[in-house]
Amino acid sequence: MAVPSVRLGVDIGGTFTDVVLEKDGVPFSIKVLTTYSAPENAIIDGMHQVCAKAGVTPAQIDQIIHGTTLATNALIERRGAKTALITTEGFRDVIEMRTESRFEQYDLNLNLPDPLLPRQMRFTVAGRVDANGKILVDMDRAEVEAIVDQIAEGGFESVAVGLIHSYLNPTHEQLVRDVLAEKLPNVAVSISSEVSPQMREYERFNTVVANAYIKPLMASYLGRLGDRLNDEGVSCRIFLMHSGGGVISIQNAADFPVRLVESGPAGGAVFAAHIAARYGLDKVLSFDMGGTTAKICLIKNQTPKTSRVFEVARTYRFKKGSGMPISIPVIDMVEIGAGGGSLAHVDALQQIRVGPKSAGSEPGPACYGRHGKRPAVTDADLVLGKLDPENFAGGSIKLFPDASCIAIAEYVGTKLDMDAVEAAFGIAEVVDENMANAARVHAVENGEDLSEYTMIAFGGAAPLHAGRLCEKLGVERLLVPPGAGVGSAIGFLRAPFSFEANRSVYMKLSDFDGPRIKSLLSDLKAEATGFVRTCDAVSPILSEFKVYMRYTGQGWEIPIALTEDQAMNPDAATFEARFIEDYTKLFGRPVAGMDIEITVWSVNATTPPEKVARVAETSGKAQATTVGGRDLFDGAAGKFLIADVVNRSDMSTGERAVGPVAVVENETTIIVPASRDAIRQPDGCIDIIIKGADQ
Amino acid sequence: MSKQHSKVAYQVMWNRLISVVEEQAQALVRTAFSTSVREAGDLSAGVYDVDGNMLAQAVTGTPGHVNAMADAVPHFIRRIGRDNIHDGDVYITNDPWEGTGHLHDITMVTPSFHGGALVGFFACTAHIVDIGGRGFGADAHSVYEEGLYIPIMKFADKGKVDETLTRIIRGNVREPDQLIGDIYALATCNEIGHRRLIDMMAEFSLTDLNGIAEFILVNSRRATLERIAALPQQSATGEMKMDGFDRPITLKVKVSVDGDRIVSDFTGSSGLDKKGINCPLVYAKAYACYALKVAIAPEIPNNAASLAPFEIEAPENSIVNALHPAPVALRHIVGHFVPDAVYDAFDKIVPGLVPAEGAGCLCNFQVSLRPRTDAPAPEDARRSEVLTFNSGGSGARPEHDGLNATAFPSGVMTMPIEATEHAGPVIIWRKELRPDSGGAGKTRGGLGQYMEVGAQEGHEFDIQAMFDRVEHPARGRRGGGAGAPTTIAQDDGSAMNGKGKQFVAHGRRVVMAFPGGAGYGDPSERSVELVKRDLARGYISAETASKNYNLSAADIAEVQAAVARGDAL
Repeated sequence: MAVPSVRLGVDIGGTFTDVVLEKDGVPFSIKVLTTYSAPENAIIDGMHQVCAKAGVTPAQIDQIIHGTTLATNALIERRGAKTALITTEGFRDVIEMRTESRFEQYDLNLNLPDPLLPRQMRFTVAGRVDANGKILVDMDRAEVEAIVDQIAEGGFESVAVGLIHSYLNPTHEQLVRDVLAEKLPNVAVSISSEVSPQMREYERFNTVVANAYIKPLMASYLGRLGDRLNDEGVSCRIFLMHSGGGVISIQNAADFPVRLVESGPAGGAVFAAHIAARYGLDKVLSFDMGGTTAKICLIKNQTPKTSRVFEVARTYRFKKGSGMPISIPVIDMVEIGAGGGSLAHVDALQQIRVGPKSAGSEPGPACYGRHGKRPAVTDADLVLGKLDPENFAGGSIKLFPDASCIAIAEYVGTKLDMDAVEAAFGIAEVVDENMANAARVHAVENGEDLSEYTMIAFGGAAPLHAGRLCEKLGVERLLVPPGAGVGSAIGFLRAPFSFEANRSVYMKLSDFDGPRIKSLLSDLKAEATGFVRTCDAVSPILSEFKVYMRYTGQGWEIPIALTEDQAMNPDAATFEARFIEDYTKLFGRPVAGMDIEITVWSVNATTPPEKVARVAETSGKAQATTVGGRDLFDGAAGKFLIADVVNRSDMSTGERAVGPVAVVENETTIIVPASRDAIRQPDGCIDIIIKGADQ
Repeated sequence: MSKQHSKVAYQVMWNRLISVVEEQAQALVRTAFSTSVREAGDLSAGVYDVDGNMLAQAVTGTPGHVNAMADAVPHFIRRIGRDNIHDGDVYITNDPWEGTGHLHDITMVTPSFHGGALVGFFACTAHIVDIGGRGFGADAHSVYEEGLYIPIMKFADKGKVDETLTRIIRGNVREPDQLIGDIYALATCNEIGHRRLIDMMAEFSLTDLNGIAEFILVNSRRATLERIAALPQQSATGEMKMDGFDRPITLKVKVSVDGDRIVSDFTGSSGLDKKGINCPLVYAKAYACYALKVAIAPEIPNNAASLAPFEIEAPENSIVNALHPAPVALRHIVGHFVPDAVYDAFDKIVPGLVPAEGAGCLCNFQVSLRPRTDAPAPEDARRSEVLTFNSGGSGARPEHDGLNATAFPSGVMTMPIEATEHAGPVIIWRKELRPDSGGAGKTRGGLGQYMEVGAQEGHEFDIQAMFDRVEHPARGRRGGGAGAPTTIAQDDGSAMNGKGKQFVAHGRRVVMAFPGGAGYGDPSERSVELVKRDLARGYISAETASKNYNLSAADIAEVQAAVARGDAL
């Protein structure tokens, strides 16, 4: 892909809209407040500001890549279109019955989240496909027409169609779509065999409903955005970041808006993957900590780990099962309620608990002096000397340590007979331990050992906590890249054009059907490549083949990557060998005598990754200049130590600061524990390693 | 001696141990073969000190394992003998009385050594597919017919697996590869817990768990006793009836809040049933304890100290204290009703806290499909066993409606019907909510569900039904109405039983309606808005809205018009 010289990355987040313009590889960035009522206004505003900084006009921009939380927020806040579902007779309540279980065992007053569509908006039609894709009961067009008449009377703006086993045989869904198109040409239609052709009706129906629900809103927004940008003189194409870490056209995005969910965090993971490539790191843990949540993602061989299903809009302490499942290709992350604004309290067991409730930006932590009474993680960080009260956010927000002490004493210290410092230490340790535990469980689910990993930290609060997290996880190396505050928007500019097509088809290796596999994978490749071609007419397009396999009888498939040759000349012995190899890696040992089956087939078409120049790493022999000292609480030592203070902007390539040290910059502060040293690398990354080690 | 640690460090360690057992459980979910583990979450995992006191336990789908797991490790220590415990050992049992209540649960225990010394134990339990015998069902007359019995013994001795034992196991079960796979998965899951524990001990320079064990147990005991002390110190009796197998079963319980303990005494409950729905005491205790703990101390993590104050008593060979060799394979049916019985009593001690009765036991059934025998079967017809987990409605809560088609007290999940239909030549024709099945009340009972099951062309089948509440629907509380009972019949109208194996001929379907939860409080106090909402959603019919809630004909017409207009209400 020929990289255009002026590119704009835009990330609309909950609080800020981040805009990054890269001109011949040099970045210019700005954060502006998100304008909820018309999000495009913030983009236009930010775009003009970065254009001015870079000395270009909007007309000179060659490419815009955009990611947004609007789709996610519409689902969380239930602000979608008036939507109906047409589903198979006998299965009206699939999206409401969920898994028939309680995601929290120990709450008698638990309520489950309402489905996106209440029961009266779900219509059923006779017609049935079986598990082999064979039609058991025909669908009657006249019955479909009668239902569509009811939908017309109800004034619905969008319709989702989800039928049992449609991922194997979509003809009934297509019939419903055709009738809708004929009778209601102005109503948006989404069918599950196109949006998410995967087995498991609850996930698939929920995904198609979510797509339908946000489709009119997103189509309208994307249309307005295009018009506004045109009005401002922009003439280039606009692309959208999707949840799988690639970029798709604005038309694909409007058709499949559910694929935009979590596109911001996906950009962050791509950003971290790019740093990993610069350093040639094959095992990276990306750690993104902001005001309300922390996100953790595993990046292997410079590629973020992906998954086929994830949960959006968790309603209960970020607990698994309390949200709605969306089955689309997605970068696999754990998100927990741990951020700078997370509030601390003491529970019935006399234990400190932190989050998931957050102070937000109003009133904010107690130290903001805006009448926040309860202590947040930022208050603990301030008391422990991690933040400079006079120089927070580049001096734009003055912090009040006394307010932090009072809040911590009142809500934590006096209840536990601890002074403010010990209580602050408790808060910091608990939030760090929560994040470390989330990372550990995520690693074990993926059969990984974190001690072999390098951490890459970004987001406002991450540099304050990453050092201690590394100590807890046994991670020896930590990189804090420059531009960490707008990491997602930078990540958009590093993402390839890509589209993943997948389908559920069951096949046991004992019934291996080579020609069928070849034809299935060829179809998926053609579908995925077609989407990418609409974005980029000239670049070569690579295909990545993946099948999901398990022992017959197991419930969890594991993804097995295949080479193009293995995929196009399929052979049972090779598939088996590849499965056993990966299974053994994950779970320690294979299981003798069991049949193996394939459940999902997937092809990801992508433009080749940008060539990344390796950083000439320095071992940091020169001593960095200190600008002062301060008392800094060291978690491992459990007490205050005297730490140097170093300005990040003063550090030259190859300089080393010896921990404990606070490396300060405008956006945040990097805390280097006593067990570590910090080296400035040529690309501006602060490289934090075991004390005294050579890099 | 370990060095002294701060309160902050101990808190971090406690959190860590809880995370360790969650990791342990996750590893099992990912590698197990048994559907009940991987799809339904029927497993448990815990960490123990050297004396066998449980320090932390993963929260999984089955409260039934809670106390059973807590009690199991001391049995292992006693049976194996302290002098015989070595690094590299792994122990095993499926003893219903020293494990978790039936032969289909395998419990494995691994001692954890650090610096050459025993520092603790890890244990885990999983419900496995098959253990031989008559297969999973209530049909046995004694535990001897229910399958292979593995007494507490070494699976591995100093790292060496007992091949004689694995050959005996392989020779006695229907799916030997799966079962051996599950046993290894259990061993691996303990190993993962052990490694994490040793990491933690190294990080905090611990040589033993004494300090952290004391911190956990003292804090948990204190917090639990505070909750009990805050309750009225009195006793009350509850009673309920369930269908049983051939004759009704009475569960009678006297709950006494008594200073530093709560005792549930089941004197007066029915004696043993002839069929395998009897419940060992440890399993009944788990559900009695769960019912009380979720009501009064839900956020206190499960461990030896937080569970100890919840005591149980029951006469020997009563239905909730079945002794060897009573058949116990489906002990979950009685176990799942224990909370309803306990709540009937506890509501008299603390009004306004506990829910009305719900569906109770899971509405599970297994179908055994085979080529049709009444006429020539097609060539591709095959045999297959398909087990499904399903739920009725839960009981209305004082301030909230019951949950529709959601398990309580069990926490297991259902399977997608698309996955079920891949498991064998079965067709699920219907699985959706059952309107009008939730008991009326100020808060309404949760809806049950309809299911309809048949076979692919060319097959006939037996259905093993495990349903209750056919004759004894959930009873309302404080003026609330009863939930709808279970019904089961063939699609031609021929009658079927709620329990037992029954034949279904080629071309026939089984039509089932699973029970609703009961209502709470007087229906006339229910808010009109909620009645209208329920009508709009079709949770209740117009007839029920009028009859049970006095909704006027004009209001009903208004709701129906709004639905036609596509309004949400």
